[in-house]
Amino acid sequence: MKKYIRNLALLVSVLSFAVTNVFAQEMIQVKGSDTLINLVQRLSESYMEENPGKFIAVTGGGSGTGIAALINGKCDIANASRLMKDKEIAQAQDGGINPKRIVVAIDGLCVITNLKNRISKLTVDEVGKIFRGEITNWKELGGDDVSITLYGRQSNSGTYEFLKDMVLKGDYSSRMRRMNGNAQIVEAVKQDISGIGYVGVGYVKEEKGLTVLNIASQAGSEYSSPLNLNDVKTGKYPITRPLNQYINGTPKGDARDFILFELSEQGQKIVEEEGFFSLPDEYREFNNKALGI
Amino acid sequence: MTNLKERIIHGIFLINGLLVVIVLLGIFGLLVFTAIPAFKEIRIGEFLFSTNWNPTSYVKPAYGIVPMLVSTFMVTLGALFIAIPLGIGTAAYLSDVANQRVREIAKPIIEILAGIPSVVIGFLGIVLVGPFISKIFGLHNGLNALNGAILLAVMALPTIISLSEDALKSVPNAYQHASLALGATHWQTLVRVKIPAALSGIIAAVMLGMGRAIGETMTVLMATGCAPAMPRGFLDSVRTMTSTIAIELGEVPYNTTHYYALFGVGLTLFIITFFVNMVSDIILHKHERLMK
Repeated sequence: MKKYIRNLALLVSVLSFAVTNVFAQEMIQVKGSDTLINLVQRLSESYMEENPGKFIAVTGGGSGTGIAALINGKCDIANASRLMKDKEIAQAQDGGINPKRIVVAIDGLCVITNLKNRISKLTVDEVGKIFRGEITNWKELGGDDVSITLYGRQSNSGTYEFLKDMVLKGDYSSRMRRMNGNAQIVEAVKQDISGIGYVGVGYVKEEKGLTVLNIASQAGSEYSSPLNLNDVKTGKYPITRPLNQYINGTPKGDARDFILFELSEQGQKIVEEEGFFSLPDEYREFNNKALGI
Repeated sequence: MTNLKERIIHGIFLINGLLVVIVLLGIFGLLVFTAIPAFKEIRIGEFLFSTNWNPTSYVKPAYGIVPMLVSTFMVTLGALFIAIPLGIGTAAYLSDVANQRVREIAKPIIEILAGIPSVVIGFLGIVLVGPFISKIFGLHNGLNALNGAILLAVMALPTIISLSEDALKSVPNAYQHASLALGATHWQTLVRVKIPAALSGIIAAVMLGMGRAIGETMTVLMATGCAPAMPRGFLDSVRTMTSTIAIELGEVPYNTTHYYALFGVGLTLFIITFFVNMVSDIILHKHERLMK
């Protein structure tokens, strides 16, 4: 009996040690944008490789989901492919959370079509008209007589909001199919001759099975491609956007360490390997200010 | 002593029974009270009869649930249209035609079908059923109501087959013997005697299958394209009530009109399923009385 009790006590102490050990480990929770998820996942893997004992969990769900999680105190870093809205910032502050923005990469938002589609370039205005449902047939743009099928994201997507605010300046056609993520749009457009969709550049750089349209800011101005590094960096490609991370207050501790890694030369190299564009000087300065450097 | 034991057991069963009722009332109450604030800003008429749902509109939010009501009914009824003949046919085959060995192999396999996760079925909808539909009907893509209906039929089939077969099996042998003795063929016995006699069980099976189909979320979310517009037919993209809640609840700020409106959608769905169950119950009882 005595032996039994002693064994039990031993077991309990071993178990409790294991449990406290697991909880003592700081786990950084990163959540949000589907556009950013592959990139941040890779960044976190390299970071964990270099810093054994550090743990970062990266999950998706869309920018809206990540921002909601930050507001509700359910994650440390929110990935967002759009800016936080004033309303969301006010909500966060009501809950005692003070969101700070860091820019980790630049994205050229790509408008994609099927390889069999003859159209290879559009103006921003035309893209808006297509997604608002005002142009419904490719022949109106000089293509074949095929009605247009729209592929977009669901409303929890930052890309959905970004395009709505910056390009459409109106509502999406209610006929647009709402897909689950960038990859699903790429798959759908690859199979659909009539399809058009929009995805982050990281999802099409290696993709040969579809056309990435050249876009001009307005009729008469020069068309440029989001696959061209220089055009995106200088802003000549009209639909570029910063990809952001939001964090509560000036970053501290492990989270700060991870963000510094993302912004380091090594981190920015991964950004380019993943198909996105590294940060220009203006955003580097912006980040330094947010980090208090 | 035995008396006390009896009473304790009696009490435990009573609490178990009440618990379910309390949980049900709790869920209903939560839905009602969270949905009510939505109607401070949305007119009930707009909510129930408008065909435009766009709470995150650039211009003006709109909260009309007609397209998703229609979508939900389209995929559910479409699924039943496919699953009822297939399901009852399979059940009749298993109970009356198949020999012992076939039945012993086939029934467990059918029941395993019920265990496939809905996300896997949804994936099949994207990579298999979708391209198939687009080829057959000459469409540009196959993410539409028909796709959802086919997948939901697959999901409802195990329930319908398994329970219908049980119902057919429980028809007293005397019925069959009497029918055959009167000179009826096997087919006539099955269709005119056994299936009518088992009808209450079969209806219950179909209703349970319908319950599975109407509340299913992941599969329809993946396979129907989720365009919020009013559907124009089975080859058009649809977005059901469950998909809408699943898509939008994740990102909606708490305690806003949009948030409450989503609970309104949930309440509507709850009332529909409640109504379906009640009607099936009434049919069942009526049929039982007739049989007596």
